[in-house]
Amino acid sequence: MSTVLVLLDHADTGALRGSVLELATVARDLAGDGGAVHGLWVGDEPLDPALPVLGRHGVSVVHAATTGAADPRLTPVLAEVLVDAVTASGATVLLALSTFENKEAVARFAVATGAGVVTDAAAVERDAEGRVVAAKTVLAGTWTTRCAVLTDPAVVLVKAGAVPAREVDADAPALPAVSAREVAVSERATRARVVERTAEEPTDRPDLAAADTVVVGGRGTEGDFTALEALADVLGAAVGATRVATDEGWIGHEAQIGQTGVTVSPRLYIGAGVSGAVHHRGGMQASGTVVAINSDPEAPVFEIADYGIVGDLFVVLPQLTEALRAR
Amino acid sequence: MSPTAGAGNVPGVRIVVCVKHVPDIQSDRALGADGRLVRDGGDGTINEVDENAVEAAVVLAEQVGEAEVVVVTVGPDDAEDAARRALQLGADAAVHVLDDDVAGSDAFGTAAVLAAAVRRLGADVPVDLVVTGMAGLDGLTSLVPGALAALLDLPQLTLAADVALADGEITVRRDLDHATEVLSAPLPALVSVSDRANEPRYPNFQRIMAARKKPVETLTLADLGVDPATVGAAGARTAVVEAAPRPPRTDRVLVSDDGQAGARLAAWLVERDLVRPAAPPTGEVL
Repeated sequence: MSTVLVLLDHADTGALRGSVLELATVARDLAGDGGAVHGLWVGDEPLDPALPVLGRHGVSVVHAATTGAADPRLTPVLAEVLVDAVTASGATVLLALSTFENKEAVARFAVATGAGVVTDAAAVERDAEGRVVAAKTVLAGTWTTRCAVLTDPAVVLVKAGAVPAREVDADAPALPAVSAREVAVSERATRARVVERTAEEPTDRPDLAAADTVVVGGRGTEGDFTALEALADVLGAAVGATRVATDEGWIGHEAQIGQTGVTVSPRLYIGAGVSGAVHHRGGMQASGTVVAINSDPEAPVFEIADYGIVGDLFVVLPQLTEALRAR
Repeated sequence: MSPTAGAGNVPGVRIVVCVKHVPDIQSDRALGADGRLVRDGGDGTINEVDENAVEAAVVLAEQVGEAEVVVVTVGPDDAEDAARRALQLGADAAVHVLDDDVAGSDAFGTAAVLAAAVRRLGADVPVDLVVTGMAGLDGLTSLVPGALAALLDLPQLTLAADVALADGEITVRRDLDHATEVLSAPLPALVSVSDRANEPRYPNFQRIMAARKKPVETLTLADLGVDPATVGAAGARTAVVEAAPRPPRTDRVLVSDDGQAGARLAAWLVERDLVRPAAPPTGEVL
C-alpha cells in the first residue's frame, strides 16, 4: 500500500500530454490495492478541464502547485516543487515522462532527497520484495536491462507508450480532490533565467516520442518529404528525420531521431532514404516492426529491418500510400 | 592572445570540462553479468558529445583570451585516453580521478566525484564555468549535469545548441521537444552542450605533439576527500538485476522493388495488423 505521485506534464496551453494517462495506469499498478495515485500539476494553466479525465484514470488527488514569480519551466524550480509535493503527498514513488526537462528536474530532486532514478523506462513493476523495478534498453537499443531502485522515494521516468492507458472500472469515477498551494522557491533555483521562449507550433500529427507509427526521412529524400507526409497522413503517423535531414534544414530539429535527439519505440517504424547510421539506430532500435526503403542495398538499416525494400522511395512510398488508402 | 580580447570585461576565465571515457559506439558493446558495461574491449573513446563540450570550452577560452581549460575525467586506467584526447582538442591540463572504489557508480556517484574534483580545482583558482556533454552515449541518462550543478550550487544552462559569453553572463540557446529557449545566467555556472553546439576541431599533428607536454594529474577519492561508501557500487541507488542482449529479429524480408513492392508491403502491414485507424491528431488529450 503506497502513494504514487505522477507529474502531470502539460503544454503551455494547459493541454495534458496524452502519455501522462499511461503513467497514471502504471502508477495504479504500482500503488496496488489500498494505495493511491496522486497527480502533480505545476503552473498557472487551468487545471479544471483535465480533472475528469484524470479521475477516470484513477487519480484521486491533484496537488496544484504555483511558484509565484519563479518560472516553473526552469528545471531547478520544478525540482523544488517535486520535493515539496513528494513530502506533502507522502509518495514513495515518483513517476514522470522521460523528457530532457524531467531528467534535469529529477536529477536535482535526487540530490536533495537521496532518491534513486531510472530514466527511459519501457516498463515498471514491483518485484517479489516490493522494490520498484524498471525495464529499459541501453547501448543504442541492443540490450535490455531491468533496474531495481533501492531508495525511498524511488523515481522512474517512463517513456511514452510503456502501457496502454486504462480507465478505472467504475461507472462514475470521482473527480480528483485538488490541493492547491504556492511553493516558496529558493533564490538559487532562478539564477539561470529564461530570456526567450518560443513554443513549438501545434501540428496535426501525433507527438513523435509517443506515436504508435513513425515515418522517417533521411538523406535519400533529398529534402522532399511530400511522399512521407502523404504516407503519414494515411497512417496517422508522426514524421521524424535523421540528423542529416535536420542539419540540412529539410525539417525542424525537433524531428531528429537519435541518441542526441528524440528516442522513439513505436509499434511500426518506416524509414525512407535512411541509411541507418549508429547514431540514428540508437534512437529507434527498440521499435516494434522496422520497415526500410533505400536505394542502396548496402545500407546498414537493412541489418535491423524486419521488411526491407531496395528501391526508389519516390516510387515505393506513393504506391504504398495508395494501396493503404484504397483499403 | 591578448588578455582583453573577446568577451567584454571578463578578466580571465577558468573553465572545467567533464569528459567520460566510453566504449566506442561503433563497436560491439556489451554488459557483463554484474549489469555493468564491459570496459576491457580496448576500443574505448571519449564520449562523442563530450568533444563538443571541449570545443565549446576552448572556443570560449579563445574568445576571452586569458583563460584556462582544465579537463576532469573519472574512470579506470583507460579513461586517461579521454583526457588526452581532450588535451589534443585544445584543453590545457587534465585531472584523472582513478580509484577502484569508483567502479559501479550511478549518475549520482559520478556527479559526487566530479563535484569534489571541481571543488578541489576551485580551491586553488576559482572555477568560472563547468562544461559537460548533454549525455553519456552509453547510459543516456542525462542526469549528471543537473546533479553536478545542484552539488556545486551553480545555475545550470543545459542542452546548449549555442553558447555565448559576454560581460560575465553566459547565454545558451536550447532546443527542447516542444519549445526553443534562450537561458542566461551570471558566472559561475554550469553548461551542458548538445552535438549541435559546434563542430569539434580535428587534432592535427601539431596539437597531438603539444598535448603530450600537457599535465595529467591523477587523484584518488582520498585526495578529494570523498567517502568511498557514498560512491561506486556501495553508494549506488539503483542496481541492474538483469541484462540481456535484445533477441535478433527473425523472419526478416528483404526484396528489390520489381514495381510492386509498395503494394506488397501494404498487404504485409495489414496482415500483421500494423495499420491502425488514424489516432487522435495530437499528443494531447484535451
